[in-house]
Amino acid sequence: MWSFSKISKLIDSWLSVNFSSTWTMVIEMVIAGIAVITLFALLGLVLVLMERRVAAWIQIRLGPNRVGPGGMLQSLADTLKLLVKEGMTPDGADKFLFNLAPFIAMIVAMLLMAPIAFASNFQLWDLNIGVLYVTAISSLMVISILMAGWASNNKYSLMGAMRSGAQIVSYELSAGLSIMSIVVLSGSLNLNEIIQSQADGWWLFKGHIPVVIAFIIFIIAVTAETNRAPFDLAEAESELTAGFHTEYSGMKFALFFLAEYINVFIVCAIGATLFLGGWMPFHIGHWQAFNHVMDFIPSSIWFFGKTFFLIFLIMWFRWTFPRLRIDQLLDLEWKYLLPISMFNILLITLMAILGWHF
Amino acid sequence: MVEEIASTADGNIILNLGPQHPATHGVLHLVITINGETIQKVEPHLGYIHRSIEKMCESLTYRQFIYVTSRMDYLSSHINNHACALCVEKGLQIEIPSRSQVIRVLMDELTRIASHELWWGAMAMDLGAFTPFFHAFREREAINDIMEETCGARLTMNYMVPGGVMQDIHPNFQRRVKEFITLFKSKVSEYNELVTGNIIFQNRMKGVGNLSAADAISFGCTGPTARGSGVSCDIRKLYPYEIYEKLDFEEILESDGDSFARYMVRVREMSQSISIIEQLIDNIPEGDFQAKTKAVLKLPKGEFYQRVETARGDFGVYIVSEGGTTPYRIKYRSPGFSNLSALDHMARGSKLGDLVAMMGTLDLVIPDIDR
Repeated sequence: MWSFSKISKLIDSWLSVNFSSTWTMVIEMVIAGIAVITLFALLGLVLVLMERRVAAWIQIRLGPNRVGPGGMLQSLADTLKLLVKEGMTPDGADKFLFNLAPFIAMIVAMLLMAPIAFASNFQLWDLNIGVLYVTAISSLMVISILMAGWASNNKYSLMGAMRSGAQIVSYELSAGLSIMSIVVLSGSLNLNEIIQSQADGWWLFKGHIPVVIAFIIFIIAVTAETNRAPFDLAEAESELTAGFHTEYSGMKFALFFLAEYINVFIVCAIGATLFLGGWMPFHIGHWQAFNHVMDFIPSSIWFFGKTFFLIFLIMWFRWTFPRLRIDQLLDLEWKYLLPISMFNILLITLMAILGWHF
Repeated sequence: MVEEIASTADGNIILNLGPQHPATHGVLHLVITINGETIQKVEPHLGYIHRSIEKMCESLTYRQFIYVTSRMDYLSSHINNHACALCVEKGLQIEIPSRSQVIRVLMDELTRIASHELWWGAMAMDLGAFTPFFHAFREREAINDIMEETCGARLTMNYMVPGGVMQDIHPNFQRRVKEFITLFKSKVSEYNELVTGNIIFQNRMKGVGNLSAADAISFGCTGPTARGSGVSCDIRKLYPYEIYEKLDFEEILESDGDSFARYMVRVREMSQSISIIEQLIDNIPEGDFQAKTKAVLKLPKGEFYQRVETARGDFGVYIVSEGGTTPYRIKYRSPGFSNLSALDHMARGSKLGDLVAMMGTLDLVIPDIDR
């Protein structure tokens, strides 16, 4: 089975032969950093194009098809346009916070990349509390939005930021509880061990209906957490023009835009890791022949396939549903999702104790 | 240092929605007083697209002034032209050929469907769903193509003239209208699945923007806005013009008076218009499409008023004539203006998101409000 781990091992052995151990580590860190930034930029371009293609497909139109073959270079051209645009700072704005906010959004998105296993043995940071790290860091996203909304000195921005604050803080609870249910089942906070625990079947299939409920709640909650429609109240262009990033232009706007898409990727990657086995191929119990055939598909393809399926799901929501109102949004979380997920995690704990899963 | 955000003495924020805002569909300017997300007061400011059309019409002849009215409510330009033509015909006391009467009604109803299609898409867009807009435009484009063939224009038709219609219908007209009816009927279920039956949409629409029947009357609301509150006000039924009294169609009434009732009135009206078109499309009588009129029209001294039912409500034309070739004074009664006046009453106490939805259900066309 071909995998990225061979490349990383090859580079590691070559470096340790030619350099001292300290320099090897430094060079490896630089390579990893460059890899993350490249992946970051690449994902942004691909996801924006994907969003526009999916939207066009749902809306019976063609979508970008002029720049490059089949419109492939459209998002590159858009990035170039945003790079050369003037990054305005409004007169009344708090200049320091206003200019800091997009970078915090970016930094948070980049930090979240660290513990994700992109393929078998291909992970930037094999953290023993990976799940906890992801939930903790993703909460920081709200700070950048609140900062942007407050510092813009614009009423629309402020309202968008306040909505977003209420929304992200609420939906984190049920997202966290859904994540916890898998932690309970697999008995580990380490993302790699969670993936290993799914070698004989993904949790979505092994865990009966409670895990399916947890998965549905997770998808709803992360859609809300990333401010995507039907929960895009922070932007709500028909109500608040552009919400918290109304005053941003040029590359500062692009950073917010990019961070949104990277966040979508990350939450989908987490969802794929927890519920759909991450890079783990589709295995059915002890049916060796079938499992062997599945193993021939590279693990990176499994990971990205699952992640992009979930991303497609979230894009599908956006182009189908109308937006909720702010009170309905909070009702949904506090009156329905949170009680259900609390009860659900009790059920799953019972299941895990009694060993009622496959 | 962040400056303090402008607010009233009791801590409410004053928010300017428009004149450039995606939800106002044009250049409407709303000054909203909000307490958090809750609306305390809505004050519409007009005048951003005032072209003094009524004054302009006073210097145009009775043949010319009709063309200006296409630029008022641009989504029902046929019906505006129709009202003016009827008013002039009333003054001239001429009978128009039955062929042109049928063509006029057909065009009116096609316009009504096209207008409601656009409203349906824009309404969903106000609520944050973008896809319905494109689906609505698929059908609207079919109507625009039919209009383009017969009238030569897609938006400002200028097809109805005193005495009938400007030219005969295109040979393809009947075939293409029938094709459109088939297309529309096959897509209605899609509308219901995508928007009407959607649980989020229903939650957003039901029980908000309440307008009682008494309030609807006192604000002068007409059209689907008033019919959503159960007020019977369809001019086609109450004061029939052309051949409407011979046609079999029902006036759509909903009793709830909320945003969803207004939505349902318009959606159901589209089917009624389809049924009117079906009754007429195979029965267009032979004959002239225009009555013989003098080259220069002169209305006798006096006052003339004609009202018609546009896609938005009761549209009236009031002409004062001194006996010359141009009107002495013209006044239009536009449905959008009265419907907008009910917005403040409806919106108080609801959330900002609902205000946008309410404006959507009022179906505002700003050049119609602000002439």
